[in-house]
Amino acid sequence: MNDPLRAARLRPGDAVRVGASGLRTRPVRVFLSALGIAIGIAAMIAVVGISTSGREDLDRRLDALGTNLLTVAPGQSFTGGTSHLPDEAEEMIARVGPVESVGATGRVEVSVYRNDHVPEPETSGIGGYAARLGLPETVGAGIAEGAWLNEATGAYPSVVLGADAAAGLGVHEPGALVWLGGRWCVVVGILRPAPLTPELDSSALVGWAFAEEELGFDGHPTTVYARADEAAVPEVRDVLAAPANPAAPNEVKVSRPSDALAAQEAADEALGGLLLGLGAVALLVGGVGVANTMVISVLERRSEIGLRRALGATRGQVRDQFLIESLLLSALGGAGGVLAGIAVTAGYAATQGWPALVPAWAMAGGLGATLVIGGLAGFYPALRAARLAPTEALTAV
Amino acid sequence: MSGTVPPVVELRGVGREYGGVTALRDATLTIGRGELVAVVGPSGSGKSTLLNLMGTLDRPTSGVVRIDGHDVGGLSDRRLAALRARTIGFVFQQFHLAAGVPVLDSVADGLLYGGTPRARRRALAEEALRRVGLGHRLRHRPHELSGGEKQRCAIARAVLGDPSGASGPGGPRLLLADEPTGALDSASGRTVMGLLRDLHAAGTTVVVITHDQDIAASLPRQVRLRDGRIADDSAGGGAR
Ligand SMILES: Nc1ncnc2c1ncn2[C@@H]1O[C@H](COP(=O)(O)OP(=O)(O)OP(=O)(O)O)[C@@H](O)[C@H]1O
Ligand SMILES: [Mg+2]
Repeated sequence: MNDPLRAARLRPGDAVRVGASGLRTRPVRVFLSALGIAIGIAAMIAVVGISTSGREDLDRRLDALGTNLLTVAPGQSFTGGTSHLPDEAEEMIARVGPVESVGATGRVEVSVYRNDHVPEPETSGIGGYAARLGLPETVGAGIAEGAWLNEATGAYPSVVLGADAAAGLGVHEPGALVWLGGRWCVVVGILRPAPLTPELDSSALVGWAFAEEELGFDGHPTTVYARADEAAVPEVRDVLAAPANPAAPNEVKVSRPSDALAAQEAADEALGGLLLGLGAVALLVGGVGVANTMVISVLERRSEIGLRRALGATRGQVRDQFLIESLLLSALGGAGGVLAGIAVTAGYAATQGWPALVPAWAMAGGLGATLVIGGLAGFYPALRAARLAPTEALTAV
Repeated sequence: MSGTVPPVVELRGVGREYGGVTALRDATLTIGRGELVAVVGPSGSGKSTLLNLMGTLDRPTSGVVRIDGHDVGGLSDRRLAALRARTIGFVFQQFHLAAGVPVLDSVADGLLYGGTPRARRRALAEEALRRVGLGHRLRHRPHELSGGEKQRCAIARAVLGDPSGASGPGGPRLLLADEPTGALDSASGRTVMGLLRDLHAAGTTVVVITHDQDIAASLPRQVRLRDGRIADDSAGGGAR
C-alpha cells in the first residue's frame, strides 16, 4: 500500500518552471543582476579567447614559416669588442649533418638613397648587405617582384630590396635605380615580408662578389642562416658554434628566430593576466549582485512562499525553488557572458586577421563558475525562504 | 459517523501561544466529513489561529490536532506538506494569485506539489475554472479580473481535485476559507458563498471564517470564538 503522506517530488520540468517563475515577472531586475555576471564572464572568456586566437595564429604562422631555422652571428669577444665570423663559417656549417641548407649575409657599410640629391648625413635606415645566392631559399623569403640575384647579376651593381626598404625608397617594381654606396644600382627584385628574419625587411641586398670588389666589403659573414632537420634542431643549435668559429666558439651567438617570435607573443600574457583578474573581480561583484537580488526576492515574496506552503510545498521544495532561481539567474548571465566573450574574441580576431578560437574548456569553465556563484549566492536566501513559518509568510503583505 | 472513518478535523484541548499572548486555548472541536461550518467571533478572537491549526500551517503549543486521522504533532514537515497537498485547500481574503500569470496556470498550481503532470493539472484547472463560471477567462491575468472573479479562481485552485490521485475518489477534501468574502462587495460575496455551498453539496468539507452574521446564520453549523476560546458551537459538541 502506498504511503498516503509521502511528499511527491517535483518533476524536473516543474522544478525549473517554478524556479523561473520569479524571474519572468521581474525582467529588468533579472537583466541587471545577470549583467554583472555576464560582464565578468565575458571579460574572462575574451581574455582567454583572444590569447588563444593569437597563439593559434602564431602557431599557424610558425607552421608555415617552419621552426627549423637557426641563425649564427658573431657575439661579444673576450675583449669586449664585436668578434667576426671567419670567411669559411658558412661552408663549415653546411657540413654539419642535419643542416639542410645555408645562406649568409654580410654587413656592408653603405647608405642607400632614392637618388643622388639626398644630402649624405640623412640616413635612410636601410642596411646594405652582401648576400649569398642561397639566402632566400634558406630563410624562406619569398620574392614579391622581379627576381633574386644570380651568378650574373650578383657580380654587377644590382640590388634586391627587402619589403620595408622598397616601401621606404618608394620602389614598387624592378628596373628602378637607387643610389647605393655612391653609385647607381638597378633594383632586380623586391622581397616579401620575412617574419622570421625581420632584419631582411629593411635591407638592400647585393651580390657577395660585387660587394667585395666595389663596396669595400671585408668578406666576413655577419649572419649565417641554416635550415636543419626539424627533429635535430636542438642538437644542431648546441653544436653549431664550433664549426662557425673553431678558433673562438664561445664568441658565437646561435639563435632560433621562431623562439623570439613566440617569446614576443608571451610578453602580452602579463596584460592578459591583469584582465583576467579584473574579470574575476567583476564576477565576484556580479555574484554579490545576484545574492542581493535573491535576498530581496525572498523578502518580497513571503506571501508567495506562504501560499506555496499552503499548497503543499515542503521546506525543501521552497529552498530548491529559490536555489534554482539563483542558478538560473546566474546561468543566464553566464550564457550571455560566454556569447559576449565569443563576440569580442571574434571581433578582435577579425581586426587582427587571426582565426577566432575560444577553447571549449573556457566556455565550460565560465558556465561552471556561474553555477557555483549562483549556488553560493542563492544558498542563504533559499535557506531563509525555507525556514519561514507558513503562517508568518502568509500574513506578510 | 462510523468508527472506521476518522473525522476530517479533530481538536482535543488545543492551545496556541505566541510568546506571552494566548491566541487560542483549550479548543476541542470535531468536524465530520462533508460538513459546512462557519467560524465567527470578534477580531482577535483566534479564528485565523484555529483555521491555521486545522490546515496544519501551524502546530499547537498544547493539545492534539488530528486531520483525517493523522496526529499533526507527530508528522514531519514533509508529511505535513503532503497532507496539505492532497487533502487541504485554502482560500484567503487576499487572493494570492501571481501577478502577470494567466489564472489557468495559477489554478493549475493547486496540484503542483501533489506530483500531477502539468498537462493534467492544466486540464483539471480549466475544468475547475469552468465550474466556477470563469471558463472564458482562462488566459486572463489577475489584474484583468474583479475581486470576486479572483476569489473564484482561488477557490478553483483550492478544490482542484484529482480523482486518480493518491487521496482516491472518495478521499476527504477539506476546504478552509479565511474571510473569503472580506474584500468583496455583497453581490460578489454571494457568488463566492454560493460556490462554497455547491462544493459542500458535492461532498467537500468546508470551514469558513466570516464576519457576516447573515452568512454565518445561513450555514448549517456555527462555531463562535471569544478571547481565544470556543464560546459556542451550534453542534453542541465542543462548547464549554
Ligand atoms: N504570529 C503572531 N504573533 C503574536 N501574536 C499573534 C500572532 N498571530 C496571532 N496573534 C495574536 O493572536 C490573537 C488571535 O489572532 P487571530 O489572527 O487568530 O485573530 P482573528 O480572530 O483571526 O482576528 P481577525 O478577525 O482580525 O482576523 C490576536 O490577539 C493576535 O494578536
Ligand atoms: Mg483572521
